[in-house]
Amino acid sequence: MFDFFDYMPIQASTWADRVDWMNNWITDVSTICTVAITAVMLYFAIRYRAGKHSAPSSKADHNLNLEIVWTVIPSIVCVYCFYIGFDVYKEMRTPPANATEIGVTGFKWGWNFTYENGKTSSKELVVPVGEPIKLVMKSSDVLHSFFIPSMRVKEDLRGDRYSYLWFTPTITSDEQPGGVFPIFCAEYCGVNHSGMRAGLKVVSRAEYNDFIQERGAIELSPLELGAKLYNEKACITCHSLDGSKVVGPTFKGLYGANREFTEGEPAVADENYLRTSILNAGKQIVSGYQNVMPAFEGQLNDKEIDALIAFIKAQKP
Amino acid sequence: MGTTADGKKLNYLNWEKGLWSWWMTIDHKRLGLMYLASILIFFFLGGAAALAILMELFTPEADTLVFGDDAQTLTPQQLDTEAKSNYNTAFTLHGVIMIFLFIVPGIPATLGNFLLPLMVGAKDVAFPKLNRHSFWVYTLGSFIALLAVFQGIDTGWTFYAPYSIQENGYGVILMTFAAFILGFSSIMTGVNFLVTIHKMRAPGLTWDKLPLFVWSMYATSILQVVATPIVGITLLLLIAENIFGIGVFDPAVGGDPVLFEHLFWFYSHPVVYIMILPAMGIVSEIIPVFSRKPIFGYTSIVFASVGIAAIALLVWGHHMFVAGMSNMARYIFSFLTFFVAVPTAIKVFNWICTMYKGSIHWDTPMLYAMSFVFLFMIAGTTGIHLATLATDAHYHDTYFVVAHFHYTIQGGAVIGLVAGLHYWFPKMFGKMYNQPVAKLGWLILFIGFNGTFLPQFILGMEGMPRRYASYPEEFTDLHQLSTKFAMFNGLGYALVFGNLFVSIFTGKKCDANPWRALTLEWKADSPPIHENFENIPRVDEGFYGYDKEVEEEETVKGGATHGA
Repeated sequence: MFDFFDYMPIQASTWADRVDWMNNWITDVSTICTVAITAVMLYFAIRYRAGKHSAPSSKADHNLNLEIVWTVIPSIVCVYCFYIGFDVYKEMRTPPANATEIGVTGFKWGWNFTYENGKTSSKELVVPVGEPIKLVMKSSDVLHSFFIPSMRVKEDLRGDRYSYLWFTPTITSDEQPGGVFPIFCAEYCGVNHSGMRAGLKVVSRAEYNDFIQERGAIELSPLELGAKLYNEKACITCHSLDGSKVVGPTFKGLYGANREFTEGEPAVADENYLRTSILNAGKQIVSGYQNVMPAFEGQLNDKEIDALIAFIKAQKP
Repeated sequence: MGTTADGKKLNYLNWEKGLWSWWMTIDHKRLGLMYLASILIFFFLGGAAALAILMELFTPEADTLVFGDDAQTLTPQQLDTEAKSNYNTAFTLHGVIMIFLFIVPGIPATLGNFLLPLMVGAKDVAFPKLNRHSFWVYTLGSFIALLAVFQGIDTGWTFYAPYSIQENGYGVILMTFAAFILGFSSIMTGVNFLVTIHKMRAPGLTWDKLPLFVWSMYATSILQVVATPIVGITLLLLIAENIFGIGVFDPAVGGDPVLFEHLFWFYSHPVVYIMILPAMGIVSEIIPVFSRKPIFGYTSIVFASVGIAAIALLVWGHHMFVAGMSNMARYIFSFLTFFVAVPTAIKVFNWICTMYKGSIHWDTPMLYAMSFVFLFMIAGTTGIHLATLATDAHYHDTYFVVAHFHYTIQGGAVIGLVAGLHYWFPKMFGKMYNQPVAKLGWLILFIGFNGTFLPQFILGMEGMPRRYASYPEEFTDLHQLSTKFAMFNGLGYALVFGNLFVSIFTGKKCDANPWRALTLEWKADSPPIHENFENIPRVDEGFYGYDKEVEEEETVKGGATHGA
């Protein structure tokens, strides 16, 4: 209508324009009502102010017809708003059978995307343009929420069951500064909640096929792969390489060091210790730290675990 | 009644002396004042936390909230983690203090306690000792909450599982236990008010004459009694989960985290109405008095209050539209939620029509009441965006929600409380505050508040998620605007409450009924005597006959005059 306050992000999904239309319609009606009623209130307050209008000139204390009108009209507006919201939302909750399914795992503090052929990525979710995408999502620790503003979708990730959302991108992300649409975690999940961001890269079908076929990791040495995973799996958020204590212990000089735990006997940090700690950190908590790290069981293959261990071993004191 | 040794008239403030007499008092007016002092201390603590939050948000990186001498020696990564951790603690403290210690007791415990017996023409509430116990329990709960504050919890005030179970267990146990205890204070107050309204009304004060503030307290009390036990049980379960791992909420041991959200919001949605209904009651008292006209649509305001309370218990699911409920539950909760809007709109129309052809006095309480109507319309209409499913999918957990909530609670409940304090201050202390300063404070507050929270609606539209210590650079300008105006918001409160506080000692004496209002509390002395009335008043007519009162005055004085 008037689009008084249209600050919605770029429209990149099939329903984004309808969501924005609805949003602008509600905003416009709200603005008009608020401004009009406030204007009437101010007019009364000035027109009938005590200095000028020393005694009230109306005794009306009710008016049934008026009251019926201002009960019925808001009710109709509300039912209409419910209906338009329901209509589009029903579509948002009904993924088509031919949608491309991509797995999403949320963890403190990052995302893991698993494509149909087993390929994985973390910093960027890559999807083909013009095709329905269904995300099947689960959290490996606390609640998270997957929010893509440009697609107008959001859904929480729980630890006890899968949740889903779907969308059909209408444009590639080349048009977005930075080349990706932002993805945010929208459910508070701890210290680095605000760092739990990723990018949505929308590409052509051909580029998408190339992307999921590409197994670049194979050519990397274990050390290079380990360094890549250190960034992508967000180890970097909690484990420094310069010896400083952040949320978790530093990797510098970790290999071969003596570890003391909140429970149980001290141990030397050897390969087996590192493997256990990566897969299930909660088993043994190093003294002075909290049980924060999610379990990576099932999210890393043997090759990747070996690469991470090689990378940690390389961080000499 | 009697006089003090130095010949002053006895009232509730001076009839007994010493701190001990305050601590042991069963006088509802003294208890109301003590609640007021307590919640305002917490209001300023919570406000300080809010300013810390907004300081951190001045820049996109998390870098501000780092304390101590060794800040320079930290690596950039350590600095980032430290600032984020402190930010998360700050917004948790802000939420917990403002909700559980300030605004839930809020108007009912302060003005409600002070005024309810006066307004129904009773000597005190039905159970004065229970009332004192309620304050003692509040004191105990606040003390435990302060202990928990020093544990530095960072769960947010919502304590969502499993985060509240897997991390910072000890602080969460203390804080939820404090909230559990504070809940009892709320329940006791609610029961007391319900019985008082049912049983203690003055002769002739029938239900259809009950002042609208009393009606709003009635609706509020029902919610306190019905909903608070649910959060009590929920928090006990959370504590048991934390200590024994019973597996109710934590998926790691077979629990359901969304069950916690259901139970939590079953209380915490109605609690929003526990905050806002009394404020609406205050506005319904102020507007007719300062318009010199009968309240328009008394009956529909009463039904709207009770209706809002009833619907409030059925709409908690709108906090969980994207939390993983079944689709059908989402549709139903969205539909039900819209019906809160209707009674709210009815009240606004009634207030405006009350002003029509009145004789409107621009005194401080009226300025607050009018700004309440404006701010509450913004709060209410932005609620429509959030109740609409397709737009909520975008807005959920963004700054749009933060702004909507603050318009409701600060623009609604807090402005309502401040309006009420300016209206009943002469009754409470027998003195008038400095009106020009009060009006200046109102202006600064109004500008500061809108300047702080209007930009946050736009941030929400653009997709800025809430509870973010750091954010993408494109949001910087709006965050900075918000932070700058928040300083005015804070300054406004300092001026408003400072003025009221100083006026307790230096304010000009004023007579028992400076606003020429008709409700029963104005028939008592200012300040009222210990048991309110020398003789219990009889009520023959309703309290909103301002048109008749003016006619009488015109024949006596030949025109209405009014102190401004």
